[in-house]
Amino acid sequence: MSKPLIYGLLLSILMVIAPHAEHLPLWVSALCAGLMLWRAWLTYSGKKLPKRWLLLLITVAGTAGIVLTFHTLFGREAGVTLLMMLATLKLMELRDARDAMVLVYLACFIIITNFFYSQSIPTALYLLATMMVIVTTWVHLQARNIALKPRVRIAAVLLLQALPLTLILFVLFPRVQGPLWGLPQDAYASTGLDDHMSPGSLSRLSLSEAVAFRVSYNGQPPRRDQMYWRGPVLWQFDGRAWTPGRSPFPVVPKFTDLGQPVDYVVTLEPHNKHWLFALDVPDKLSITATLTDDFQLLRKNKVNARLRYAARSYLVYHANLQESPRQLKRALQLPPGQLDPRARQLAAEWRAGSKDDADIVRTALAYFNKQGFVYTLEAPPLGINSIDDFLFKTKQGFCEHYASAFVFLMRAANIPARVVTGYLGGEYNDVGKYYIVRQSDAHAWAEVWLAGQGWVRVDPTGAIAPDRVERGLSAALSDKAALPYMERNPPQWLRNLRFNLDALANQWNQWVLGYDSERQYAFLSRLGMESITWQKMALNMSAGIGLVIALFALYMLRHLYTRRPDRVQAAWLRLCRRLAGSGLPRAAHEGPQDYAERVAAARPELAATIVDLAARYSALRYGVPGDEEAKRDFLQRARNLKV
Amino acid sequence: MSQSLQNVIRQAEQIILGKPQQIRLALACLLARGHLLIEDLPGVGKTTLAHGLARTLGLQFQRIQFTSDLLPADILGVSVYQRDTGKFEFHPGPIFAQMVLADEINRATPKAQSALLEAMEEQQVTIEGTTRALPAPFFVIATQNPAYQIGTYALPESQLDRFMLRIQMGYPDAHAERGLLSGVDRREIVAQLEPQLDHSELLMLQKRAREVFVSPALLDYVQAILRYTREESRYTHGLSPRAGLAMLAAARAWALLEERDAVNPEDVQAVLPGVVSHRLQAVGEYARLNSAALARELIEAVAIP
Repeated sequence: MSKPLIYGLLLSILMVIAPHAEHLPLWVSALCAGLMLWRAWLTYSGKKLPKRWLLLLITVAGTAGIVLTFHTLFGREAGVTLLMMLATLKLMELRDARDAMVLVYLACFIIITNFFYSQSIPTALYLLATMMVIVTTWVHLQARNIALKPRVRIAAVLLLQALPLTLILFVLFPRVQGPLWGLPQDAYASTGLDDHMSPGSLSRLSLSEAVAFRVSYNGQPPRRDQMYWRGPVLWQFDGRAWTPGRSPFPVVPKFTDLGQPVDYVVTLEPHNKHWLFALDVPDKLSITATLTDDFQLLRKNKVNARLRYAARSYLVYHANLQESPRQLKRALQLPPGQLDPRARQLAAEWRAGSKDDADIVRTALAYFNKQGFVYTLEAPPLGINSIDDFLFKTKQGFCEHYASAFVFLMRAANIPARVVTGYLGGEYNDVGKYYIVRQSDAHAWAEVWLAGQGWVRVDPTGAIAPDRVERGLSAALSDKAALPYMERNPPQWLRNLRFNLDALANQWNQWVLGYDSERQYAFLSRLGMESITWQKMALNMSAGIGLVIALFALYMLRHLYTRRPDRVQAAWLRLCRRLAGSGLPRAAHEGPQDYAERVAAARPELAATIVDLAARYSALRYGVPGDEEAKRDFLQRARNLKV
Repeated sequence: MSQSLQNVIRQAEQIILGKPQQIRLALACLLARGHLLIEDLPGVGKTTLAHGLARTLGLQFQRIQFTSDLLPADILGVSVYQRDTGKFEFHPGPIFAQMVLADEINRATPKAQSALLEAMEEQQVTIEGTTRALPAPFFVIATQNPAYQIGTYALPESQLDRFMLRIQMGYPDAHAERGLLSGVDRREIVAQLEPQLDHSELLMLQKRAREVFVSPALLDYVQAILRYTREESRYTHGLSPRAGLAMLAAARAWALLEERDAVNPEDVQAVLPGVVSHRLQAVGEYARLNSAALARELIEAVAIP
């Protein structure tokens, strides 16, 4: 086997494996890299391949290592790791064309494993380039004596020819719900909101640039300080962390005195949790979900694929004016024992000095506003009495600190309260006309239940840093250094670039990745295939593929029998057509020299040129195959002839 | 080398006036190691052409006048008993010459004709169990009177195929005829001709004629012609592969005469009438066309690919 072919195969496998290096166990990455380097060196120095028993040993040891690392050989992580290792090992027993063939097909197969981890546009482009390398290598394998450039050209043509098939498969392949490969528990592991809040958890999340979801409003978007995207509601406090707790008897929530509805479409990135995000308070939803007694939207299954839903919310409302005593009791829970005595004492003082609950809420907000609290991402650590430490010692915190302390104070003052987590605001992309809500927009606020008003949203963060609510995180923080670069004030062109890229990614998500069975049915019914079954879809798909292949076959068979003129001949025929235009058509049987003589007789001013051209053409077409230089020279002269 | 070829042509043109095309075709046929059939009325210069070429090329020349009582032995030779040695001694016939003029070949019986044609084909003769090689180069020019004349045995098509080219002399034009009439007796001039080539040069030229390059594009053209004659219903039968080989060989020699190292479509067209005129027969309305017109039709019917 030739060296360039082996290098081509090495490059193919390398390109397939390289993106996996990020999540493969370090020792597997090192093993693969080492094997490939070894193979390259063996090829370079022309040494013999290692003995079979040695390869067997490495294989057994590697497999054992994978079993030890993952405790299984199946599933996404272990399976992919095993595949990558075996593909690399296959390089080591590359002896004849059959092995090379196996390797090319293997590369074509395992390239898909990259989509288990990322389905973004850059990944798709990278894998396209990888496919190009694989096909080029494959062409090399089939036809050894083709130079690199035409080889690449053939590969490109092959990939282009595959395009119609790809389109048919994409449009008509019956979709299944959820990730195709049926490993939902593995599907995506991404950062996102948790239903567990402790000091520091949101400020850590705020450093992530990752997109949580995208929203496009139908009509006028609400004000920024109304964009509270409701996530998990936390009831239970253990002195340090907030958790949802358990609702003993779920009751259907009741919203009254509603204002104007807001309609919007959310494209939620998979977050592997049950909840959906909607503006407070949600009313209608285009997909099935349960509205819990604390106004969360919950899916039956975890959201492990990108999910698109339309929703309607009311931003002005009264929620649960009649709350069940059981719920109100839950909303007064405090950690047992005597943790945070000073906070409890402060609350008792407020209770004693106020006439009603609303007064206490105002007092608390004024307290946060006046007592020198600082809104920061880098809050100092807190001790066992975390609320006391925060309220009276450190006085620095992020939204979770304020929400937590506020709810604690309210409960201590005997006002039912709870913590609500979610996202606030978002960034408007004026390229795609939609809002991007990132993990950095994660937020926590409070809800108190007031008689006659129901559950009322109170955002203590707004009392300390109103900019956070009105203008976003970067406007509210004085120490911006900890924020991701793009959350500070990047130059305008960079912002625009980012918006454009995100708009592109959004389109990709909506139309390529988001092309699920629902969209497929919608699209097909627009094509006139209404209420199509998946069997019929598969039939159409096969028929379409058959048709495309038949068309290609027909076209190629035709080409097999009618040889296309080469460049030189084409140039000559063009020249003849041009002369024919000036009244001197060449008869089909007329040889170049005869024709040139006839033209020369009729057009004496052209005589010398045309006779010379005809002689050159004859020499090129019928003569001993010559150099490219003469060919180029002829083409140039033929073009330059003024008829 | 090409200089001497030009000299040959020039000298031949001085003997046979006004027939440059025929001279070149005859020369091409010789360079392609084929045999030539000249068909025309008596007295248009067939013999002069053959004799003149033989002299110019420095070849031994023999002439066989074909008559109805000609026997194969008259062509090939006989073994005669020598009384003093008590052995049979072979007396080679006129075929043992480098250039043989078989005059009026259609006057002889088929038996005598086939003796000549087999010798042409195999470049050797077998007499009484002994095989004897003919000299090299070996070139036969046969002449034939048009078949409608009385007392002739027309050559069957299978035998005609053995001639690479068939040409017609035709009457000379007025200018050439004037020169002919006013000039010296041709036979005297022929007798005084100096050879312009020696054997080795001639063999070398024949070798070079075989080496002229033929491109795939040209083969496409030749095949298109062959295919056309086979698919078109106007011919009784299409050209044989041997005809294709002859066409290619003749075109190569023609290209050599044109001082080119590769065959062009024009070369094929130049030799095509000579190659097909005795091989193709038209039917129906085309049967009335003479062979030159038929060849012209064929050329114009096939596009150069």
